[in-house]
Amino acid sequence: METIISVILIFMILGAIYALHARDLLSALISCGLVGYGLVICFLLLRAPDVAIVQIVIETITLIIMVSVVLASTRHEIEADAGQTGKTSIYKIWGSMAMVMIIMLVMFFTFRLAIIHLDPFGDHTLRMSRAYLEGAAERTGSANLVTGVLFDFRGYDTFGEATILFTAVIGVLTVLRLRGKK
Amino acid sequence: MNVYLLCFILFLVGLYGVLTRRNVIKIIIGLSFMEFSIFLFLILIGYIEGGAAPILSKTVVTTRFVDPLPQAMVLTAIVIAMAANAMLLAIAVRLYKRYGTFDIRKINELKG
Amino acid sequence: MQGMSIIVKKVSQLITALIFMYGIYIITHGHLTPGGGFAGGAILAGAFILLVLANGSELLKLKQKEEGSSLTESLAILAFLLLATLTLFFGTYVFFNNYLPGGTVGNLISAGIIPIYNIVIGIEVGAALFTIFLALAIYKEEMIK
Repeated sequence: METIISVILIFMILGAIYALHARDLLSALISCGLVGYGLVICFLLLRAPDVAIVQIVIETITLIIMVSVVLASTRHEIEADAGQTGKTSIYKIWGSMAMVMIIMLVMFFTFRLAIIHLDPFGDHTLRMSRAYLEGAAERTGSANLVTGVLFDFRGYDTFGEATILFTAVIGVLTVLRLRGKK
Repeated sequence: MNVYLLCFILFLVGLYGVLTRRNVIKIIIGLSFMEFSIFLFLILIGYIEGGAAPILSKTVVTTRFVDPLPQAMVLTAIVIAMAANAMLLAIAVRLYKRYGTFDIRKINELKG
Repeated sequence: MQGMSIIVKKVSQLITALIFMYGIYIITHGHLTPGGGFAGGAILAGAFILLVLANGSELLKLKQKEEGSSLTESLAILAFLLLATLTLFFGTYVFFNNYLPGGTVGNLISAGIIPIYNIVIGIEVGAALFTIFLALAIYKEEMIK
């Protein structure tokens, strides 16, 4: 299982790098869709069908909205720079490379500190999950345990999510309805 | 363990995009990559080798289930991330109307 | 917003009913099978978006639709809050308690209040996504003018 997910993840990383470097914004969006749909396959392999259904639909709608925005404006990433690149000194280049290396080392070190106390992949032991799994169907009456957690044990979370969605919609309406000064 | 590491590399790719790209749409794409990697990391933590999907039915008789808690949290997080992306896109559209470009350097220059 | 060719219009009109039924199935069976309010609501929003994209619409009609979907969304989240607050007057007097009888696990009518929450959340998510899409479409139309 670990190998398959690693292979899909490597493809996702390649797609992500291409999406960030594409000249055309439409092809960048299509590569972004590649990453999102690869995520759907990972979710299906990891036994999370609920999350996979939500991700595939949301990814499609996000792509529709993004493509409509790009088609309404421009497709080119950056208009051609009018020769503003002067001479960059060699010390500046070495300095920025050293900076990147230091930051990457620090981030990998902290990430290793974060995951070193986790259980190895596929061998998950949490007391909390046992409490959610044992007798959850009898307590909530829902055969889908994820829905049971979502609306019974963790109802506050769902309510907060609905509030955030409502706020985001109000924000979109407000930003787009603004009449700018001429 | 190396799955976690690859997940972190995907996060770093998104961070690189946010920090170095000059196009607003590219920055939004980089943010969505960071979100994807976090979702995948949370689901990976809850996976159990040989466990079944956390749905009871008459045909499944096993008692070994995948942890449902990270799945429920990620389920809500995906919809929130989509709403946040839509909000950012709305702001990008307004910026394009105002300045006629997605380039954030020019947006900085033409102040007022 | 301009519509597409007659083939796309006919096929989308035939298919949208199926997508709509599938979304309602996902929402109402959310406590038995994979899916639930979030996934079903997004599928409903996708069906509406398909109709608008294929058939096209006038600016005035788009504004009407946006008003309706925005109102639906607000009412849905209000209903969710009221359903959760109603718990304070029943049973153990705790916010977000499951106060309806549970029934047998695996039946369509079971799990107490969870199916009702599912339906309300489904309407909320669907209306929210459709409102975001309509807001961008209206903005585009007004900019072309």
